[in-house]
Amino acid sequence: MSESSGNRKTQFYDYHLAAGGKMVPFAGYLMPVQYPLGIMQEHLHTRDHAGLFDVSHMGQVLVRGPNAAAELEKLMPVDVEALAINQQSYATFTSGDGGILDDLIITRWAQDTFFLVVNAGCKEQDVAHLKTHLLDCEINYLDHQSLIALQGLRAVEIMTELAPETAALVFMQGCHTQIGDIECYVTRSGYTGEDGFEISVSDDHALALADELLAYDYCQWIGLGARDSLRLEAGLCLYGHDMDEHTSPVEASISWSISKSRRSDGEKAGGFLGADTILGHLANGATKKRVGFLVEGRAPVREGAEIADQQGNLVGVITSGGFGPSLQAPVAMGYVPVGLSAVGTQLTALVRGKPRSITVAKMPLVPQRYYRG
Amino acid sequence: MGHVIYTKDHEWLRIEDNLVTVGVTEFAQEQLGDVVFIELPEVGSELMAGDEAAVIESVKAAGEIAVPIDGVVTMVNETLVDQPDLLNSAPETEGWIFQLTPSEMPDIADFMDAEQYQQYIQDGE
Repeated sequence: MSESSGNRKTQFYDYHLAAGGKMVPFAGYLMPVQYPLGIMQEHLHTRDHAGLFDVSHMGQVLVRGPNAAAELEKLMPVDVEALAINQQSYATFTSGDGGILDDLIITRWAQDTFFLVVNAGCKEQDVAHLKTHLLDCEINYLDHQSLIALQGLRAVEIMTELAPETAALVFMQGCHTQIGDIECYVTRSGYTGEDGFEISVSDDHALALADELLAYDYCQWIGLGARDSLRLEAGLCLYGHDMDEHTSPVEASISWSISKSRRSDGEKAGGFLGADTILGHLANGATKKRVGFLVEGRAPVREGAEIADQQGNLVGVITSGGFGPSLQAPVAMGYVPVGLSAVGTQLTALVRGKPRSITVAKMPLVPQRYYRG
Repeated sequence: MGHVIYTKDHEWLRIEDNLVTVGVTEFAQEQLGDVVFIELPEVGSELMAGDEAAVIESVKAAGEIAVPIDGVVTMVNETLVDQPDLLNSAPETEGWIFQLTPSEMPDIADFMDAEQYQQYIQDGE
C-alpha cells in the first residue's frame, strides 16, 4: 500500500499504525481494515466490551438558516420540523426518481441549525446537493472535525465516567459536552446494533480524546472489517451496496425512516424529491425488496451472488454478505421479488456456480441492544 | 519431512516420494485473517497448473488456491471442513489442504526455497 499518496489520512492515522492496524484505501482515505486481534475477535470484543471506531472519513455538515427545517424536508422524507433540539433521526437524501442518493443521520442542534453525518463516499455530492437545493441556508462542511464511535456493551461505563450527562441520553439523542476539557458533541448512536456513542471533536483535540477513551483497557480500536460484520448482523444497510440511486427507501426496507407526517395520509404529505414514486411504493407496494438471509453451512455468500428460486429461475442478487462472528454462521442480505420476501422462504444463492441454500430471515439477525431508557 | 518449496502466491509444496502436498504459508494465513470455510477439490480430479483447486473463505474475503502443477488429487484434508481455523493455527502442518500425484515432478528451479521465500516476503513481493 505504498502508493497511498492520493489517499487522505485521518488524525488517528499514527495511532492506527501504532496499534498494528492494517491500512487500506477506503473512500479516499487510508483506513484500518483490521488490527492484530483480527476481524472475528474485534467483532466479538465490540459486542461484549467496547470498540473504538475511527469514522472521521465520514462527512460532517452543518446546515443553518431560518427555514432550514422546512428546506431540508424537500430533500428527505423526514419530519425535520418535528425534531426536538438534540434529537436525531436516520434519513435518506432521495432523488427525483425516488432512489436514494445517500443515507445520513440528521441532528437538530438549534432551532435553525442541523448537524448532518453523511457517508464518506458521497460527501462531496451531498454538499453540492444541499447547496443546489437549499439556497437560503448556509451549508458548512466541517473539514477540521474528527468523528469517533464508541460502541458496545461497556461503552456506557466509559462515558459515565468521562461525561456523566451523556449516560442519560437515550438512543438517537445528543448533547454538547466536555470530556476532560475537550469540547465535543456526543450522540447515543452508532452502526453496530449495540448501545454506543458517536463523538464529534475538532481535529486539534482528536488524539487527546482518543487517549481518554483508550485509557480503559477494555476499549480497543476496531477496524472496518468488523464494522461491516457488525452492521450486517444488525440488519443495517451499507450505502452503495444494499441501497443506491436505483432503490427506493421502500424497496430497501427502510420505510420506517419515512415519517408518518410525510406519507400520503400525513399532514405534510410528499413535498420531497421522488415523493410520487416513493409514496406510490408505500401505497401499492414495490416489486422488489431487501431481505436478510441465513445461509446453510459455513460458506459465506457474498455481494454479487445471484439468487435463484426453487425452480432455478434467477430472481435476485446478494448485496452484502459475509460471516457473522456472533452468529458463527454466514449472513447476507439482498433483493428478491416481494412475492419471495416472506420470512422462511427457501431460496438458493449461487456461489462460484454452486447452489447454497439460503432462507429469508427476520432482520436484525442479531438483536439490537440500543438504550431506549 | 520431504522437501518443501514455495510459490509466489504464498503456497507451500511438500514433495515426498511421488506425492506433493499443498498448503498456504504462515504469511498467507496472516493476510487472509480468520478462516471460516474451505472449499476442497474432489479426490480424483485432474487439475492443470493454474486451475482453481480450493477456495479459502475468511471473514474478510474469499481467496483462491491455484494448483501450481499439473496432477491428480489423491487426498484432501477433511479435518478442515469442521476446523477451518486450522489454516490459521497450523497452516504449514496440520492445515495442509490437498495432496496430488503430479504428472511430472516439479522442477525445483521454478519455485523458491525457504530462504528465498523469506526474502521474497521481506521485499514486499
